[in-house]
Amino acid sequence: MQIEDFDAGAEARALARANAKVGALASFVGLVRDLNDGAAVAGLALEHYPGMTEKAIAAVIDEARERWDVLDCTVIHRVGELRPGDQIVLVAVASAHRGDAFAACEFIMDYLKTRAPFWKKERTPAGARWVEARASDERAAARWNAADRRKAG
Amino acid sequence: MKVKVLFFASLREQLGTGGEEIELPAGAGTLADLRAHLARRGGAWQTALAEGKLVRMALNQDMVKASAPLRGGDEVAFFPPVTGG
Repeated sequence: MQIEDFDAGAEARALARANAKVGALASFVGLVRDLNDGAAVAGLALEHYPGMTEKAIAAVIDEARERWDVLDCTVIHRVGELRPGDQIVLVAVASAHRGDAFAACEFIMDYLKTRAPFWKKERTPAGARWVEARASDERAAARWNAADRRKAG
Repeated sequence: MKVKVLFFASLREQLGTGGEEIELPAGAGTLADLRAHLARRGGAWQTALAEGKLVRMALNQDMVKASAPLRGGDEVAFFPPVTGG
């Protein structure tokens, strides 16, 4: 968790250099959009639950490590005041092969969106409003369990 | 039995507080009991915490179900569904 911006390229390079076994590196950067649910967004404030946030993200990373061959991983989430175009979140996963890197990166992002205690409040022309959770995010996270069941069956 | 209760995001704004220490009434042993106890304060508390309202709960910084049991000194948090990432 940090207020400051991050350099996704530098974070990715650091992961790649740290271990000679790294053959694949997948990264995702989430940005602030200027439009959400039909309203212009001038900016947003990100609130979190200090303590639980770190714990929840560590748990998500642990779970990804159990499921895939993850050599190393970096997750950065910003808090505080952000504007359209600003970076919010970085997930970077280093693995020996691309399949594990892609899957673990997407899994961490999906779980982070439904399990880590962050809340966005948008500033729009009609005033500030709390962003509503999306059912599509719950479905995105749930499909990882469905995939496990298919594998097991 | 005393517990620390925290509120976040829209819930914090609706209730006008980020949290407090609460002495649980006798017989209140779960998060659901604590939620009902708070809702009985009426007004914004009733509105925000009424049954049927989508409220997530954490016990000692882990997301839990309403049936989770409470112990003295626990840190409990109530908040809306999360919207990070």
